Amino acid sequence: MTTATTEKTARNGVNVDALFGAREALTNAPEAAQFKWRASCEWIKGTQSRSSVESFYGLGAEQKHKHKFSFDSDHPEVFASEDNGATPVEIVLAGLAGCLTAGIAAVAQARDIQLRSVKATLEAGMDIRGILGADPDVRNGFDGIKVSYKIDADASPDDIKALVAQSQKRSAVYDIITNPTNVTVEVNK
Amino acid sequence: MRPRSRLTAVVIGAGQAGLAASWWLARRSIDHVVLERGDVAHSWRTERWDSLTLLTPNWQSRLPGFGYEGDDPDGFRTMAETVGFLQDYARTISAPVHAHTRVTSVRRVDDGYEIVTDQRTWRCDAVVLATGACNIPAVPAVARALPPSIAQVTPLQYRRPGDLDPGGVLVVGASASGVQIADELQRSGRQVTLAVGEHVRVPRIYRGRDIKWWMDRSGVLDQRYDEVDDIVRARHVPSLQLAGYADRRSADLNSLTSLGVKLVGRLAGVSNEGKAQFSGSLRNVCALADLKMNRLLDTVDQWAAGSGLDGGIAASHRFAATEIEESPPLLLDLARSRVRTVVWATGFRPDYSWLDVPVLDPKGGMRHDGGVVTGAPGLYVLGLPFLRKRKSSLIDGVGDDAKHVTAHLAAWLRDRASASAELIAARG
Repeated sequence: MTTATTEKTARNGVNVDALFGAREALTNAPEAAQFKWRASCEWIKGTQSRSSVESFYGLGAEQKHKHKFSFDSDHPEVFASEDNGATPVEIVLAGLAGCLTAGIAAVAQARDIQLRSVKATLEAGMDIRGILGADPDVRNGFDGIKVSYKIDADASPDDIKALVAQSQKRSAVYDIITNPTNVTVEVNK
Repeated sequence: MRPRSRLTAVVIGAGQAGLAASWWLARRSIDHVVLERGDVAHSWRTERWDSLTLLTPNWQSRLPGFGYEGDDPDGFRTMAETVGFLQDYARTISAPVHAHTRVTSVRRVDDGYEIVTDQRTWRCDAVVLATGACNIPAVPAVARALPPSIAQVTPLQYRRPGDLDPGGVLVVGASASGVQIADELQRSGRQVTLAVGEHVRVPRIYRGRDIKWWMDRSGVLDQRYDEVDDIVRARHVPSLQLAGYADRRSADLNSLTSLGVKLVGRLAGVSNEGKAQFSGSLRNVCALADLKMNRLLDTVDQWAAGSGLDGGIAASHRFAATEIEESPPLLLDLARSRVRTVVWATGFRPDYSWLDVPVLDPKGGMRHDGGVVTGAPGLYVLGLPFLRKRKSSLIDGVGDDAKHVTAHLAAWLRDRASASAELIAARG
């Protein structure tokens, strides 16, 4: 197979050669492609809890982040809480934004498009009568998510739109949010 | 014991691919037979719905030594006409077709291959697999979660709207089969919901010419498998969202919406309560398809400008973006919305269950390099998507592929013959 051999000039800080290499290698080694992502969580008080991530499994072995990362979640004062952290649903939005933006950088690098700035704002509607149990016909979750990107890059408006579209197509969090996922919660002593 | 026949090559399948292979083998003076489970053009006869026409214009059905000579080059053949066309071709080239001969096994033997059929057994040096890419409907696992009260049908079984319950229909898949079936079911008075995943939108007519004319002339269809960036992806691109309607209208999602078809996202699951769940990605798959169509039209425009066509034909323009309602439904209660039938227009895969040669990848696909099967000298394949060129899966594309594949086959036979002659000389 031959690929275009023109010199790439964009520098977005994403090592796409490594990503393409991994894709090639993992096509023939599906077992190494099996990852397990993990988080742990401990209740602090009230609606506040602290989640942390450190280890994960992949490439056939246990892996570790460079540091342990922690996230406090809580509810705001309008919910009669102390507001010691982001609400969990805001963390979901942060996860979606982080995933889509990483994808935009990677796709831009692969397509040799230099990015100068990428900014996103996200807004998700929610009818809180759902979580309050006030109306059984209202769902708990978002009734929709709007993501708005402002991107300054060396590319035509359609090429920039195509970056964002391709990033959605390859995004894990976008898939997790747009498609059903089985969730199994068990309780152990 | 059944009689065994020895010959140089066996072609399996007498559709356009097998017949084109036969033409080239005959031209290269390679003795062969073409084995066919039914009659010539069997799949075209027995596995297509009534109203289907070819998606390519008549002029584009070119086979080696055979083209269109009628008076409607821009029309689209019916299935009966397509069968007639291939029958005429088989007759014209005197293809050595053994009809009603079903292959039950192909395996390696010491000096070549053994082909077992329900008629007799052949031994040969080389085999050309021309059994097509669309033998088995690729129905997703979620089909098993549907309640038994809902009928399920694939495009290979579907014939006409009147065969279906008069209630609603969920058509899953918006490529060529899905959009055409959705169109005629909605026109028959049934409420159609169309689940739309990734698809390839193209207009039928652009700047006064058929899109296939543009793709043919501008060289898009001649793009080679070793020239594209990602051949795995290119071989898995869904069929163009296209129909060969007599009025030459496009078969895009906007036209279906205006008929009353309801668009929803890719079918993601069916809940225990019988609710179909759709992906929230409908807006993005449509944006991807619109952008991709515009890139194709950019290519066409550039080629037209470079070829000096701009003055003589309609001006460049762009089509309206695919319209999606503000919040497409994510759930459909199948019973409450009176859906009685699900049509699985979710693609197809080839059937190699009779092939006892270890040449398939873990996902059941054929390992090959431009039609030369990997790891099985003398084994060749034709008629798969992007086998050698973008046009490989078209009737129009299989002739070039057959030329290349049979050239390789002939060279391989010669090399083998001279190698064994040298061996004999060395021993002598």
